[in-house]
Amino acid sequence: MKILVCISKSPDTTSKISFTDNSTKFDENGVQYIVNPYDEWYALVRALEIKEANGGNVTIISVGSAGDEAVIRKALAIGADDAVRIDADPTDAYYTAMQIAEYAKSNGFDLVLTGKETINYNGSQVGGMIAEALDQPFVSVASKLAVSGSTLTLEREINGGIEVVEVNTPAVVSCAKGMAEQRIPNMRGIMAARTKPLQVVAPIAVDQMTTYVNYTMPNAKSACKMIDPTNMDQLVELLHNEAKVI
Amino acid sequence: MSVLVYINSKNGLHKSAFESVTYGKKLGDVTVITTGSLSADQLATLGNYGASKVLIDRSVEGDDDQQLTRVISSAADTCSANTIIFSHDMVAKAVAPRLSVRLKAGLISGAIGIPSSDGTVPVNVFSGKAFGHVKVNAARTIISLLPNSIQPEQFDGSCAVEDFNGNAGSAGVKVLSTKKPEGQIPLPEAELVVSAGRGLKGPENWGIVEDLAAALGAATACSRPVSDIGWRPHHEHVGQTGVAIRPNLYIAAGISGAIQHLAGVNGSKVIVVINTDPEAPFFKAADYGVIGDAFEVLPRLTEAVKKFRASSH
Ligand SMILES: Cc1cc2nc3c(=O)[nH]c(=O)nc-3n(C[C@H](O)[C@H](O)[C@H](O)COP(=O)(O)OP(=O)(O)OC[C@H]3O[C@@H](n4cnc5c(N)ncnc54)[C@H](O)[C@@H]3O)c2cc1C
Repeated sequence: MKILVCISKSPDTTSKISFTDNSTKFDENGVQYIVNPYDEWYALVRALEIKEANGGNVTIISVGSAGDEAVIRKALAIGADDAVRIDADPTDAYYTAMQIAEYAKSNGFDLVLTGKETINYNGSQVGGMIAEALDQPFVSVASKLAVSGSTLTLEREINGGIEVVEVNTPAVVSCAKGMAEQRIPNMRGIMAARTKPLQVVAPIAVDQMTTYVNYTMPNAKSACKMIDPTNMDQLVELLHNEAKVI
Repeated sequence: MSVLVYINSKNGLHKSAFESVTYGKKLGDVTVITTGSLSADQLATLGNYGASKVLIDRSVEGDDDQQLTRVISSAADTCSANTIIFSHDMVAKAVAPRLSVRLKAGLISGAIGIPSSDGTVPVNVFSGKAFGHVKVNAARTIISLLPNSIQPEQFDGSCAVEDFNGNAGSAGVKVLSTKKPEGQIPLPEAELVVSAGRGLKGPENWGIVEDLAAALGAATACSRPVSDIGWRPHHEHVGQTGVAIRPNLYIAAGISGAIQHLAGVNGSKVIVVINTDPEAPFFKAADYGVIGDAFEVLPRLTEAVKKFRASSH
C-alpha cells in the first residue's frame, strides 16, 4: 500500500502566543516548532504500522519553506521512506490542500492521511479539501483504521457517538486519538533521517481564498473569587445570581 | 443577500441548529437545506428563528460527506447563495472543506461571532489561546460556527418547507454500525461541563463527578492523562490536543491547569476550579476557586445544587 502522510509544523504547545507587526503576524521569536501532534502521533505512526504489517511505502509531504526541513527530518526520524516538500508558504488551507492534491494526483497513492486538525489554526480543512480535489471518499476524525486488501475499516467520531465505516481505496482519512500511540524516535532513526530522500517540488499556481487580517488576545480574567470549601451553598448562589450560568 | 444554512437534522433539531439559523438571519435571507426524514411540521419551527424557507432532500439518510456535498452545492446554486453556514460539528468537519473546493468558496471554520464592519469573521486560533480575524477573497463564503458562540433568537416567523432533489448520487463511505452512548449530552454542545483530572486518583472515583454532572444536567470531561491511562473515554479529553469547548460553566476538579489544558477550555464563560493546591495554575484562569479536597467538595456541591434545584422548581 502506497501511503502519503501530510504533516504540518506547529508551535510547541508550551509556546507563548503573541503577535507582531500591529497584530497581523504570529511572533515566531523564541518559538520552537514541532510536528503537529495529530499528524505525528496518529497519522504517521499508523501509516508506519500499516507498512510494517502489510509492506508498502510511506511518503511524508509538507508545504513549507526550506526552514521547515528540520521539522520534516523530525518526522522522518520516526519512520517513513522519503519526504516531499512543496516549496511554498502554506498561506491558507485551500492553497495547501491544492498543492498536496496536485502531487497526490500525479503520484497515485492508495491512502492519504492527515491529522484531524493543526493545533495552531485548528481548521480541520486540509483533508476534506484534498479528498474533494481527488474525488475520493473522506473519513474524518477517525480513531481506528484497519486495512484488508483494498478495503479500509474505520471508527470515526460522529455527533454524539462513534460510527464504524468501510471504504475502498483510494481514500483520504483524517486521524485522531486512539489510532496509534506516539513513538519516540531512537538514535538510529535520527541518523537515518539525515540521509533519507527529501524531494523539493515547485508549487502550482493557486489562489489564496482566505486571509488572516489580524489577531487579538482574549480579555484577561479578573481575579478569581475564593469560596470556603465548606460553603458550597454560597458557590451555587453565586453561579445563579452573579454569574447567571445555572 | 441570500444565505444557505445547512442543518443536520438526523437526531432532531437542536440548539446548534437554532444558532446557525440565527447567525444566517443576521447576514441575509435564510434558506435552510437539510436531509433525512423530519416532518414538514417539525422543520417549519425553524421559521421561529428567522428561516424563510426549508429545503429537504429525503433521498439522503446518513451523513455521507460526498452526498451531502453534492446536495448542499445544488441547494446553494438553486437559491444563489453567496454565504453558506454550518455548525462546526463532526459533519461540518467532513463536508465544509469538500464544499469549499467544489464551490471555490473561502472557508472560515471555527467562527465565534458574526462578521464585523470590516468584513472579517472572528475565529479561535492556537486552540483558543488567541483569536484570528479572517477575510474571504472569493465570491462565496462558507462559515462553520462553533457551538455556543451566539444565542438563538426567536422571531414570530413562518417558513415554507419544500422537498428538494439535490442529485446526491451514491455514498462513498459505507456505515457498518453506530455506537451512541444513551442519554449523554455531546460535549462540544454542552452548556454546563463537569471535568476532572489526575487528582481524582482512579476511575473508580468518577461517581462523584457523574453525580454532580447529573444534578446539574451537565456533560462530563477530563484532562489528557486521564484519558491516556484509560480512566475515561477519549472523547472526554479536552484541551489543545483534545476537544475545544465553550460552555457557559466549566467546573474543573483535580486538574492542575497546564497550558495545553487551558487552551481547550478558556473560551468557557465561567470557570470554577476545585484543587487542594492553592498554587495550582488553574486558579489564575478561574472565576471562582475552591481550595479543598475534591472528594469532600464535589459531594457537597452536588447536595447544594440539588437543594437549589429543588427550591427553584
Ligand atoms: C504536546 C502536548 C499536548 C497536550 N495536550 C493536552 C490536552 O489537550 N489536554 C490536557 O488536559 N493536557 C494536555 N497535555 C498535558 C498537560 O501538559 C498536563 O500534563 C495535563 O493537563 C495534566 O493533567 P491533570 O491536571 O489531570 O494532572 P496533574 O497535572 O497531575 O494535576 C493533578 C491536580 O490535581 C490536584 N489534586 C490532587 N489531589 C486532589 C484532590 N484530592 N482534590 C483536588 N485536587 C487534587 C493537584 O493539586 C494537581 O493540581 C499536553 C501535553 C503536551 C506535551
